[in-house]
This record gives sequence, structure tokens and C-alpha cells, in this order.
Amino acid sequence: MDVMPKWAEVILVPLISLLLAGVISALVILAIGEDPIAAAKLMVTGALGSTYGWGYTLYYATNFMFTGLAVAIAFHARLFNIGGEGQAMLGGLGVALACLYVPWPHWTLALLGAIMMGGLLGAIWAAIPAWLQAKRGSHIVITTIMFNFIAAALLNYVLVNLLRPAGQMDPATQRFPEATNLPTLHDLLAPVGIAFSKAAPANVSLLVAIAACFGLWLLIWRTRLGYEIRAYGHSESAAKYAGISPVKITMIAMIISGALAGMMATNNVMGEAERLVLNSTEGAGFIGIAVALMGRSHPLGVFIAAILFGFLYQGGAELALWTSIPRELIVVIQALVILFTGALDNMVRMPLEKLFLAARRARAPKPERKPVEPAE
Amino acid sequence: MDYLTLIQLLDSTVRLATPLLLACLAGLFSERAGIFDIGLEGKMLAAAFFSAAIAALSGNVWLGLLAGIGASLALSALHGLASITFRGNQLISGVAINFLAAGMTVLIAQDWFQQGGRTPSLMGGGRFEGITLPFADALADVPYLGPFYAELISGHSVLVYMAFAAVPLTWWLLYRTRFGLRVRAVGENPASVDTAGISVVGLRYAAVAICGVLCGIAGAYLSTALQAGFVKDMSAGRGFIALAALIFAKWRPWYALWATLLFGLFGALETRPDVIEAVIGIKVQGQLLGALPYVMTVVILAGFVGKAIPPRAGGEAYVKER
Repeated sequence: MDVMPKWAEVILVPLISLLLAGVISALVILAIGEDPIAAAKLMVTGALGSTYGWGYTLYYATNFMFTGLAVAIAFHARLFNIGGEGQAMLGGLGVALACLYVPWPHWTLALLGAIMMGGLLGAIWAAIPAWLQAKRGSHIVITTIMFNFIAAALLNYVLVNLLRPAGQMDPATQRFPEATNLPTLHDLLAPVGIAFSKAAPANVSLLVAIAACFGLWLLIWRTRLGYEIRAYGHSESAAKYAGISPVKITMIAMIISGALAGMMATNNVMGEAERLVLNSTEGAGFIGIAVALMGRSHPLGVFIAAILFGFLYQGGAELALWTSIPRELIVVIQALVILFTGALDNMVRMPLEKLFLAARRARAPKPERKPVEPAE
Repeated sequence: MDYLTLIQLLDSTVRLATPLLLACLAGLFSERAGIFDIGLEGKMLAAAFFSAAIAALSGNVWLGLLAGIGASLALSALHGLASITFRGNQLISGVAINFLAAGMTVLIAQDWFQQGGRTPSLMGGGRFEGITLPFADALADVPYLGPFYAELISGHSVLVYMAFAAVPLTWWLLYRTRFGLRVRAVGENPASVDTAGISVVGLRYAAVAICGVLCGIAGAYLSTALQAGFVKDMSAGRGFIALAALIFAKWRPWYALWATLLFGLFGALETRPDVIEAVIGIKVQGQLLGALPYVMTVVILAGFVGKAIPPRAGGEAYVKER
């Protein structure tokens, strides 16, 4: 039986969790001798006060939308994909190969090619753990963790030994050709008459991410496959009884998940750096976990949570620039959000459920006279 | 490769295997009791910072060790609260703990020492020094046995000997005591333990606490014995290698010793590419060697070589009544 109305489940629980994370973060700021209110103001003006700030906020948000969706679709099939980081790294490799070795005539085609190659390599990197889980019974969480490390080692090897131009010291590819450079929001908005910051890295892949959010919503709630994924996530035995193949769903959900994580590279590798560097993902794969938990695995929720985390990232960078608060504050906030929305979920939910139950009892004074309802 | 190089290689194997072994045994207690712990990394990191920080401030490494164990225990308590009391997702709780440690250590380090997220270098009593075992100097000239004893067995810090002593101790505790039987039972079938009138929650908290103590020692070893001070992210994935070793060892203490020694050897070889080239005749990339523990774990977990079967009730919260 659902004790709480849907709006409380969808809005109130994440909001209270976020509030708890915020309060503890404020206490942490206070403990290191800074003013939390001034810090919050600085974060807001730094991240949202100018088109430059927005440009960075949206740039980070684009990364987190991709990785958040990747974690979310896996959650729907009750699979925990910690491997977003590794899949995004491999996606970067795919995008770099597509940009470097194909003579694209125009950026639109290059973007399509990069989406396909990045998605393909990301999907492959997720498909192996999925297959191992479905067929060999190895725990997908452990395997995807291991695959993160293997991806890092592989990328290091490829960059140092294969893709690094001769004579260059740092392990990175050469710059991608001019034709593959994606237009930034400045380029896109200038014809409409909006003066957007030229220096900010937000680019056209933001639109790809938004399209992915919408596409995933369609997939999960408007298609047969999405229904099967959700059914499998709710009850494996019921899904089996209904003729849904666990192997198929595990594979498909993880392939979509890996492809989404891999597609992140269109933003950070192709849109921003315009070459593949060693640590291009910068932990975005892990932030996807926080984003998916916060957004309750719903694409709209992921979209909002991604923008929130984009704001935190850009705001945190501003804090590190102007105060003595290090950038790692964001990692703490991220940890607290994961903790409260993911692991300590029941700590928030249980008191709320009691509250709603009490409110319902107060409204219906004689519950014992009601006829027995069929069990749900 | 001559004999002395081999001894040196094994010596650094022991040094690198020690934190893995401690963390692996820590994970063993927790997972045997049915609580998955992917937060080993974070607990080690927090312990590494607090032991280095307190050792730097007080000049006493033993106080540092205590502080490290305390920090690790605090995170263990959080993990217990989330996964035992509130029956939350143990994996997500572990992820959160890793990030919490990664962020908080740098934040506090910057606040206390203003050195960009590191502690001052530890000197003198702020570090665990190597212990020269009796007769090590006298026997050093004996051929073969002398260097073996003087270089490999002698000269490590007290934490290394503690780690190796922890292996038989863990075995004895798990397989020869009442507590150990109950811990193993609670990881396989908590309902039966509950039926016998023993507290599932109490046992699990005890196991998670032991895990915290061992992780604390592992972290303290990193910053006060292996290196002299804390630097940002110094656990560098060791918690995950320990997790890999735990699977490799199939959740058994003696196997854990061999698994961590093997992974320690990989770590030692990574810094000596000349030795590999001399032995097998081809040049092996260091990065690929570093990935070997992870690849081996995937292969073992998939059951291609032997089968690793985790404790049956692992990862699930125990619900007494519905």
C-alpha cells in the first residue's frame, strides 16, 4: 500500500534529502571558518549570474545528463551501473577515433558519427559486464568497478603508445580537425540576437542531451521494451513468468546505459577539449549516480538534478577561486546527496510515512468500520 | 635477475601487499556477515589522513594510529546505520562513503595545514620505523639465508607484522570460535541466526566495526609507514584492489594472504620494468600490468577459472517482521 501521495514521494523526499545535505554542507563550511551564506551567494552569482556562468553550468549539466540517464535506465532494470566513468572514457576514445580518422565535411555529420562511435564503444564496455552478469552470474557492481580501472589503464596505454603525436610529451591526441568543432551556445544564440558568452564551453551537445532525456522518457514509459525493463526491475520472477527474458533485458538495459555514458564524450571531448586527454571524464560518471538518485530515475528528474549539479560544480569552482574553500566541497555535497537520497532513504521516508498516516487517520475517524480492501 | 634483486622485489611486494591484506581482511569480516562494503577505499583514505594529521600534530604515531582507526570506525558506523538500521542500499552507501572521505580529507587538510590538501611530512616519532629483528645484522653475511632474513623478514614496521599476524587470527576467529560461526551464519542465513535467539543486528554491527578497525590500520600504514604524510587521494584505488583480492580469495583468510601478496607483487613489478624484461624477455607496459588484478578478478568472478561464490545473504538487509 502506498502510504504517501505521489507528489510527496516524487518531490518531498528528494527535497528533504537535498535540504539535509545542504544543512550539513553549511555546517562543514562553518566549521572551516567560512560564511555559508556568503558562500551560497558567491555560488549563485558565479554559476547563474552571467551567461559565462550559465555556459559552464550548462556544460557540466550536459555531462551529468548523459551519465545520470545512464545510471537511471540501469536502475529501472534494478541494475547498478557504477561503470559510467569507464564507459564515458571509452566513449571518449570512440569520439576521438571518429573525429581524427574520418574526414567529416561538416560538424553536423561529425556529431552524428561521434554519437555513434562514442555510444558504440561505451555500449561495448557496458555489454561485457552485462553479459557476465546475465550468463555467468558475476555481480555487475563489482565487474563495472573493475572495468572502470581497466578502462583507465587501457586509455592510458592507447594515449601514450598509439594516439600521441610524435614528439609530444603529455598523453593526449592531437587537436581534432576544424570541421569537427561543435558550435557553442554563443554561435547558436547569436543569430537569434541573444549575446551569450563566447568563452563558456556549453555547446550543441546540450541539445543532444535534452533529446536523450526525452527519448529515454519515451522508451521507458511509452514502449513495450520500456515496460519490460520496468517489469523486470520490479520483480524478476513476475517478469520471467510473463515471458520476459532476463538475459535480454539485462543486456539491452546495460547497452543503452553504456551508450548514453559513452555519448557524454560528444560534450567534453568533442565540444570542449577538442582532443582526447587522459582524465577527460573528471568523475562525471560517478556524479551520474547522485543525479539519477536525486532525479528518482525519471528523465525529467535527471534533467533537473543534472542542472543542479552543474550549478554546484560551477559554483564550487568559483568558491575555490575566490575563497579558501577547496573544490572538494562539491565532492562532499555529492557524497551527502548520494547518502541521503540513496542509502539513508528510509531515514527520510519513515518519519514522513508516519506523518501522512497520522494525517489520514485524523481525516477518517472510524477506520475499523471500513470494508476489507483486497490486498494489492 | 640475481638473488639480491629478487629479495628486493619481494621486500617491496610485502610492503605493498600489507595495506591490501589489512583492507582485504576488513572486507572479509564485513562481507562474511552479509554486509557488502565497497567503502573500503574511503575508510582507508580517511584513516590515512587522520593518522597522519594527528601524528604530525602530536608527534606520536600511536596516537595517529588511534585517530585513524577512530575515523575509519566513524565511517563504518555510518555504513552500519545506512545498511543495517535503515536497511538502505549497501552499495550506494559504500559509494557515498568513498566520496565523503575523498572530499572531507582534502577539506580538513586544507583547513588545518594550508598545504593544498596534504599534511606536513612526518619525522621521527611521527612515523612507524622499520624494526630490526634480533640477529638480523649478525646473520646478514650468511649466504642466501642471511639476506633473506635481514632484508625480507626483518626491517618492516610493526604494522606489517600485525597485518601478517591478522591472517591466522582471522582464521581462528572465524572458524574456531562461537562468534566466528555466528558471523558466517549471519552472512548465509540470517533468519536461522535470529531463530536461535541471537541478534542479527548486533552481529552485523560487530563485523562492520572489526572491518572499520582493520581499514583504519591499513590507512594508517599508508600515511605513516609506507609514506611519510598524507597526500590527496593517496589510497589510489587500493580499497578496490583489496575488494578484488577478496573475491580472488573467495572470502577466505589464507587465500586472502596469497591473493594480496600476488597483487602486491604486481605493484612491485610495475615499478621495476627492467626486471620483467630480464625475466620474460619482452617489454610489458606498466599500465597494463597495473590493470592485471582487475582483469583477473573479472575472470575469476565470471567462473572461467574456479568459481567465487559470495556469502548468500550478502547485500540484503535483514527484515525481522513484515
